[in-house]
Amino acid sequence: MQYPDPFNQEISDNKAVHIYYAQAIPLVAYIDESCIYIKEKKCRICERVCQNNAIDLRQTPQEIKINVGAIVLALGLEPFDPSLKDEYGYGKMRNVVTSMDFERLLCATGPYEGEILRPSDLKHPHRVAWIQCTGSRRVTEGDNSYCSAVCCAYTQKQVILTKDHDAEAECTIFHNDIRAFGKDFEQYYQRTEQLSGTRFIRSYASIVREVPETNNVVLKYATDDDGVKEEEYDLVVLSVGLNPPDDVKGLADRFGIELNSHGFCKTDPSNLMKTSRPGIYVSGAFQGPMDIPESVFTASAAGSLCGEFLNYRRGRLTRERIYPPEKDVSQEEPRIGVFVCRCGANIGRIVDVPSTVEYALTLPNVVYAQEQLFSCATNSAKEITDKIEEQGLNRVVVAACSPRTLEPLFHDTLREAGINQYYCDMANIREHNSWVHAKEKEEATQKAKDMIRMSVARTRHLEPLQEIDLPVNKSALVVGGGIAGMTCALSMANQGHEVYLVEKEADLGGMARKIHYTLEGLNVQVYLRDLVREVYKHPLVHVLTEAIVTEATGYVGNYVTKVTSERGVTEIKHGAAVIAVGAEEYKPIEYLYGENDRVLTSVELEKRIAEEDEGVIKAQSVAMIQCVGCRNKDRDYCSRVCCSHSIKNALKLKEKNPQMNIYIFFRDMRTYGFKEDYYLEASDKDVKFIRYEPDDKPQVKATDKEGRPVLRVTIPDPILGQNLEIDADYLALAAAVIPSRGVKKISQLFNAALGPDGFFKEAHVKLRPVDFATDGVFLCGTAHYPKHISETINQAYGAAGRALTLLSHDSVTVSGSVCEVKENHCISCGACITACAYGAIEFRETPRGKKAWVNPVICKGDGLCNAKCPTHAIYLKHFTDEEILSQIDAAFSEKEVSQQIERAVGDV
Amino acid sequence: MCSGRVDLEFILRAFSKGMDGVFIGGCNLNECNYITHGNYDALNMTLLCKRIMEHFGLNPERLRIEFMSAGDGIKLAEVINKFTGKIKDLGPLGKGEDIDEDELRSKLEMVSKLIPYIKIVKGEKLATRLKSREEHDAFFTREEIDELFRDVVSYYIDPKKCQACMICLKRCPSKAISGRKRQIHVINQDKCIKCGTCLEACPPHFGAVRKISGAPVPPPIPEEERTITRTRKKK
Repeated sequence: MQYPDPFNQEISDNKAVHIYYAQAIPLVAYIDESCIYIKEKKCRICERVCQNNAIDLRQTPQEIKINVGAIVLALGLEPFDPSLKDEYGYGKMRNVVTSMDFERLLCATGPYEGEILRPSDLKHPHRVAWIQCTGSRRVTEGDNSYCSAVCCAYTQKQVILTKDHDAEAECTIFHNDIRAFGKDFEQYYQRTEQLSGTRFIRSYASIVREVPETNNVVLKYATDDDGVKEEEYDLVVLSVGLNPPDDVKGLADRFGIELNSHGFCKTDPSNLMKTSRPGIYVSGAFQGPMDIPESVFTASAAGSLCGEFLNYRRGRLTRERIYPPEKDVSQEEPRIGVFVCRCGANIGRIVDVPSTVEYALTLPNVVYAQEQLFSCATNSAKEITDKIEEQGLNRVVVAACSPRTLEPLFHDTLREAGINQYYCDMANIREHNSWVHAKEKEEATQKAKDMIRMSVARTRHLEPLQEIDLPVNKSALVVGGGIAGMTCALSMANQGHEVYLVEKEADLGGMARKIHYTLEGLNVQVYLRDLVREVYKHPLVHVLTEAIVTEATGYVGNYVTKVTSERGVTEIKHGAAVIAVGAEEYKPIEYLYGENDRVLTSVELEKRIAEEDEGVIKAQSVAMIQCVGCRNKDRDYCSRVCCSHSIKNALKLKEKNPQMNIYIFFRDMRTYGFKEDYYLEASDKDVKFIRYEPDDKPQVKATDKEGRPVLRVTIPDPILGQNLEIDADYLALAAAVIPSRGVKKISQLFNAALGPDGFFKEAHVKLRPVDFATDGVFLCGTAHYPKHISETINQAYGAAGRALTLLSHDSVTVSGSVCEVKENHCISCGACITACAYGAIEFRETPRGKKAWVNPVICKGDGLCNAKCPTHAIYLKHFTDEEILSQIDAAFSEKEVSQQIERAVGDV
Repeated sequence: MCSGRVDLEFILRAFSKGMDGVFIGGCNLNECNYITHGNYDALNMTLLCKRIMEHFGLNPERLRIEFMSAGDGIKLAEVINKFTGKIKDLGPLGKGEDIDEDELRSKLEMVSKLIPYIKIVKGEKLATRLKSREEHDAFFTREEIDELFRDVVSYYIDPKKCQACMICLKRCPSKAISGRKRQIHVINQDKCIKCGTCLEACPPHFGAVRKISGAPVPPPIPEEERTITRTRKKK
């Protein structure tokens, strides 16, 4: 019997016994409540057919007691349920779906295997509308007043994917502000906006009716240009927001923690991981609406806090993983197994996988081939291990995705089977093939075969390699003594590690020294004073001020950095480094800044307010202009903090002088998450919000009004068709947050990559948001991207948590793919020594004269020396000439070569 | 592995296997994830290879190097589309250049054989880092490549001077020297990679190894005349 499948949003059916979803961990079948035996004590067929007697229907709930020292609540969220409100039409009109429903429709493992079909007639919808802020940013009963923070970005993703599925689709997005405040989100928004047939309409759209004949949905909306309009859509997607998890009150009671007014976890304003109860921490969206990268680093952060809390008993329960002994297969004829991954539909929809498997079997030395739905799933990896043993395989080719992410997993899979992990190669038939050739299925299939053939050719020559365990220096270096650097340093020090904190200024504190309070009311100066005191007091934190990093050498676990400060040159040996060099405020060249002393930046205005500057506080009116110096051609990003910053200043001014007129000129107000509350409060307190278009920026003129010097801000008013003029005593510019000046140097010293905007680039946006690609170097704070203090603290703990995963070990394993010299071939020319930037190669005396020698610990396996060596004496293991040349040779199949010859002969 | 690992041999191998174009992708210049900036090495090697192709009448546009980051998907697609378009316009290797197949093969074979020599002569230049892409582009000149191939060196053992001491024979990295004790040593020119190790190794008081530049190598001394007799040694 089939029941609506909750994982597929109940769009398709599933059986009571099923696997939750294709990448579930653990990937095993289970029986859910729809089972007839559980409901009516009937059936029991599954019990009888299971040959392993794995099903026990008599199981009852069990209470298990686990003693723990700390708890992390990662309770997540629940999507807003629009069926609770009539106006959304959900559950009444069949072609109104939620974004969660649509997400499943788009998914290759979804109800229609990635085909977008609308519910009423299972036809491809052509005209699709998204309604933003469904259930969010609304003060009406049953809706949430806060902004859900993720919907703008996920809708853009859905639009891009919809256009990928159907290039002709007409996509319309009805939105309020577009909140593209995350790293690289602004460009993502532009990319979506530029797609043909895509309209972003700034208007609330209401669902009017369903057309009875077609089940199409009619929407009504109003714009400044066209007035009220009605439009018909094949499918309407409600971009639903994020609610607290189900039964959050019960959960909170059980754990003895408090909730905030929105029903999410109540957190310490200076540390969002801390709940109201010591020892219980929170990560992810239960803190409040947040996206994946933030969830990931708050998870590391909660880990670091648990580490601090439980440091006194660290390591007492660890167990080492034991692999079976490695078999020596080096003398055996290669027996290659090829595993072709469908990656759901990512590969399977484009590449004809069965024919690829069949082809692989025809290749020399391939003795086994099969396809897998997801090679990375636990059961598939197990299957590879089993097949190695069953088929006597001694080499494996996995044709799937980029080795960057999953190669370690497959290496592990080989080790589990007692085979050296370097007997594995991956053919990237996803990123390099199916994703780029989505429209050329036949060619993509051919290319997949070519890639597998090349990979098999290389695999025949692979050799077993041994990895080296390096000792780890337990100290850390933190560059930058702002809130990020200090928080991170303290967290590592609290876990027993010595930390060197390097700050270029004379005082610690960084940008926070200029911030007086947060939107949520944290007194930043008091907080900062305490933090600095704690840093100086901590016996394991060594602070170097007015200090500059001049040299950084070494490698993961074993760095040596030279720092010049008042104390002279200090040489620091450390296992990990954290880059927390912060950011700066843009000095505007716009709007009379620097010419008129009543034009300030937001930070300068904040200072005046904190100092109770009479002129500012008693002003009749203050104007603020948003997006100064960013969201433009030169800086194509959103500085994220400025909208909240202006609202913070506005509220402070209103608090001190309720009569003051405050005008905020904005493009999109990006007070995401719970910050929306303050936006509402500002509106309630009569702060005027005036939107401007980037092409029609406000004009500012210093002039005189009845003897009072004013700054006149003029913008066109499209509704009245005339100019709107505001006279202000002060003008505050929400100046962009820009990368710190020293980033280039730091980037070079620590091999830490910079993105196009000049902010540091993490190793992976979602998977490794606080790591660098360089091992042992981590990132936090505004050096990564502009962010609020609470977010900086989140990330600082996150970086500490990641650094601890390295520092808490006594050794770190380095790759076996390093260089070695065949002494007989070495002519002592020294070309390799010159080529090596790591100084890994030196001459050593041998009975046959001096010969090059590689220190495998220092060698990074870049292979530059190989390309310089005239005699092939130095070779990079795992990427030898033989391996690569055989791959090049195999780029041409036998068939193609003979066809070429035929063609050539034909021409003669 | 870095783009700087790409060996001259890899490119030439691809062309001799019938590839009509070769594309090398590397990280953005000056944005090395490590400290090596090996993409400059890749750039130099590519530019040298382009000049070599030019020298032999092959269109250097068949070889292209581009630098981009993992986030430059759109750029990569554009570049690849342009490049494949270009290669299609140029037609098959050799045909587009009006070189017949045998000639093409022998030319590529010849250059491939000279790779060690090219690496030795141009080694220092290949490892040079200049300030800008423009400087790099102008780094290898047509004249210098003409010279490189005009003045190809060879090493020759003068049978009259060779004392069959085995030193050069043992040191030769490519096992190109034949002979044994009391048997005059001879360099197999086909196997020789022109590294000069033998010249360096031959004891100065024998001085038997000669470097010949831009001239033919004398034929090897016949097998039967190679034995050194005691009397001759006394002389």
